[in-house]
Amino acid sequence: MSSRASAPQIAVALLIAAFLAAFLVVPVLTVVYVAVTNPDGSLTLAHFAAFFELSLMRESFWNSLYVAGLTVLFSTVVALPLAYLTVRFQFRGAILIQTLGVLPLVMPAFVGAAAMQLLFGRSGTVNLLLQDWFGINIPLMQGLNGVIFVETLHYFPFILLNVSVALANIDTAMEEAAQNLGASGFRLFRRIVFPLARPGYVAGASLVFIKVFDDLGTPLVLNVTNMLAPQAYLRVTSIGIEDPIGYVICFILVGFSIAAMAGAAGFLRGREFATLQRGGAGAPRRTLTRWQAAIAYGWIGLVLLLVLSPHLGLLLLSFSKVWSYTLIPESFTLANYATVFTDSTRMIWNTLVYCGLAALLDVVLGTAIAYLVLRTKVPGRQILDHLATVALAMPGVVLGIGYLRTFRGVDLPFTDTPLVASWVVFVLAYSVRRLPYALRSCTAALQQVHVSLEEAAQNLGASQGRTIHRIVVPMMAGGIAAGFVTSFVTAAVEISETILLTSRESLAPMSYGIYLYMQSIAGRGPGAALGVIAVIVVAVGTYFSHRFVAARAAHQERRG
Amino acid sequence: MSTAARVEARDVALAFGKTEVLRDISIVVEPGEFFTLLGPSGCGKSTLLRLIAGFNRAQRGAILIDGRDVTAVPPWKRELGMVFQSYALWPHLTVAQNVAFGLEERRLPRDEIRRKTRDALGLVGLGELSERRPHQLSGGQQQRVALARTLAIEPRVLLLDEPLSNLDAKLRVHMRHELGQLQRRLGITTIFVTHDQEEALTTSDRVAVMHQGVIQQVGTPMDLFDRPANRFVAEFVGTINVVSGTLQKSIGASVLFVSPQASSFSLPRTEEMPGHGAVTLAFRPHSLTLAETAGGGTRVWLDAVIEAREFLGEFVRYRVRVGGAELIADQMHFGGAPVYAPGKRVQVGLDPAQIKIFPEEAEATVAPARAAAGSA
Repeated sequence: MSSRASAPQIAVALLIAAFLAAFLVVPVLTVVYVAVTNPDGSLTLAHFAAFFELSLMRESFWNSLYVAGLTVLFSTVVALPLAYLTVRFQFRGAILIQTLGVLPLVMPAFVGAAAMQLLFGRSGTVNLLLQDWFGINIPLMQGLNGVIFVETLHYFPFILLNVSVALANIDTAMEEAAQNLGASGFRLFRRIVFPLARPGYVAGASLVFIKVFDDLGTPLVLNVTNMLAPQAYLRVTSIGIEDPIGYVICFILVGFSIAAMAGAAGFLRGREFATLQRGGAGAPRRTLTRWQAAIAYGWIGLVLLLVLSPHLGLLLLSFSKVWSYTLIPESFTLANYATVFTDSTRMIWNTLVYCGLAALLDVVLGTAIAYLVLRTKVPGRQILDHLATVALAMPGVVLGIGYLRTFRGVDLPFTDTPLVASWVVFVLAYSVRRLPYALRSCTAALQQVHVSLEEAAQNLGASQGRTIHRIVVPMMAGGIAAGFVTSFVTAAVEISETILLTSRESLAPMSYGIYLYMQSIAGRGPGAALGVIAVIVVAVGTYFSHRFVAARAAHQERRG
Repeated sequence: MSTAARVEARDVALAFGKTEVLRDISIVVEPGEFFTLLGPSGCGKSTLLRLIAGFNRAQRGAILIDGRDVTAVPPWKRELGMVFQSYALWPHLTVAQNVAFGLEERRLPRDEIRRKTRDALGLVGLGELSERRPHQLSGGQQQRVALARTLAIEPRVLLLDEPLSNLDAKLRVHMRHELGQLQRRLGITTIFVTHDQEEALTTSDRVAVMHQGVIQQVGTPMDLFDRPANRFVAEFVGTINVVSGTLQKSIGASVLFVSPQASSFSLPRTEEMPGHGAVTLAFRPHSLTLAETAGGGTRVWLDAVIEAREFLGEFVRYRVRVGGAELIADQMHFGGAPVYAPGKRVQVGLDPAQIKIFPEEAEATVAPARAAAGSA
């Protein structure tokens, strides 16, 4: 490792910086700028005033806050007991709960939404049964309720996973000390356990809040438009790219996202929560009494049932000829899959190309940034890392609108095609927003390659470039592969940017196809079939991503 | 403080899966006593303490406090104060909030909580740090906060799980002294777990030595040192020389000891000596005398060669070779005392009265019945 940055290193850093500036910073700043300026460039708050004068906008604003807030609340109620149960108690359901943690993430919320409508809607399976038996109808899927319900089932794993990790890191003596001093049951949880796990909870909850607050696909599929993200989309697509209200909405979305991330980071900073101390040997897990076990299994069963319902519903829907006002579809068919494979192969192909290229770009950028940060002394290298990570907090709607605005009138080099009307814009948009996943994976992989391995290569005559090519990248291969897969599968089911950037159907990827099909009753069947294909792609991808990581860990083990 | 309680473990047995951690343990801790569980790591001492606190449940046996069976009572209702090895101070609460926690759980009036918190912190000399967070304190201060937090609830018994092991050597000696003084002042029944025999010997009224889930011996520190019940106790408490061999037939008032390691020599016959057969002789390093030539008296003198020498201030520790055996001999040091260089041939004098003789099998098997008798 040389002590000063070399010219090639600086060149690479500048290239990455230019990419991030052009396709992340400038589009977002453009959106923010348009929201606070007059057409002549002078600063103004008039657009904000106009925004809050419209009753639909005020309503949308409060609705978005309400939906995001309640989703966090319900996700908490679902996730906290599950996390506490797995980490602290002797319990056979641990594998079930782990499944619970991954299953929902495999299916994008907007894909399952239509199926949920059929299961839990006003005339869905559950309500038909309730009507028959008790004469009641639960408005689970009506309006905002539906969004909250679907989003909760999709996003609670973020809290479950974060809190589980936090709990596992707490010295169990902390809880025993409280028990010894007289605390038990819920008081113990409220006064000691939860406060100690709070960093994990805050991280998970803020993520859920942002994701729900920014989500475009789920409300649209559920036909809920009085929320911020749908309104931004509708303003820009119906009134036009010049309409300032759309930009005000984007400004608010970005503001809340950054505030939530910064708030979480601020909360975690300056706190001594390194609670796993020396000597804190793991005490045996506590046992559940018969009653507690019954309640625990009941709770897990219920959540598992709910979590599986969109999967089952989607599967049923994809094989159904007609499904309405009945418990399950009346007749089954393979026609939907046939339709998809005749009409939508183009979309599937598009998804493979866009997401493949975007993921490739991501791992190249991710490896380069990880190397610059961990192995070189290029000035400002941390900024690249931070910038790439910030993309995580950028709502897809904002980036989509930002691209449309920033690059209008910009043609692809050597062609007459506008950039935003070409396939290239999908690759760029996907790669920027999925870069954080690939970067995290690459950084972790590089951290496990000891510097001495590179020094040995250089000592034997390999230049820095040759060392990266022959030693570093091969050793990072598992991490890079995992990063590629993660980027690929998350991009494959991206919907917010996709809806905004799809200028004509021949360019549309699969996710757009699902969305489009789901708009009509007749299209639900093929939409579900396409959704099933997407879920399979994501599930297989997720499985391989875990396999790559596990293989790397095993490899490290052998070497260690 | 509430009146000191009597703690009893009666025929307690516990296994984690197939590993037997405690095997039919019975101990009685008298009111106001400073009682120590001493043993190497993995001997079950912490498990026994956690059992008394209520964090583990034994498969057999009972825990009694003042004669009342508390085996089924959950930890939060036992009124026993425990100080954890890691201190387990809650990082999200201040020092005062940590100390007040147990009082709040008891729903005491607010001003009483404040007063008792102040008193407890005063007791450990930390009154002025009450608004700090635990991570802003040194290890020794954290240890005191943990102690204050436990004492604030005026527990009937104080349980200490290796509370000094995370402190540096100097502080450990200081805290151990302070702990002993505090305990005597409060008169609270205390059960202390440690693997450090020096800690156990210096602070305790009585010590129970544990090994492989069995109590080997219960007694005062001096009992353990002077009259170890078996070879394990002899070797674990203090430093000791061990020589294996066989006792052969008596010749008048003496017995011939034959060792494949060291040379053979005769010992005066005593009543507690086992008949004959394989035995282990054990004797403390400071009971040996080194001399240029064999002296007289009751000592048994053997030929020896000095192998190594360590000067420790108050005494010199020699490693001497006697036949195939290596022995440690500590010689008091004072100005003008003779000093022997490595390689020198000397005579080692054993005092028969200071030799403990254990039957060879005492090493392998453990004898709970005998330990229980010793505690009476």
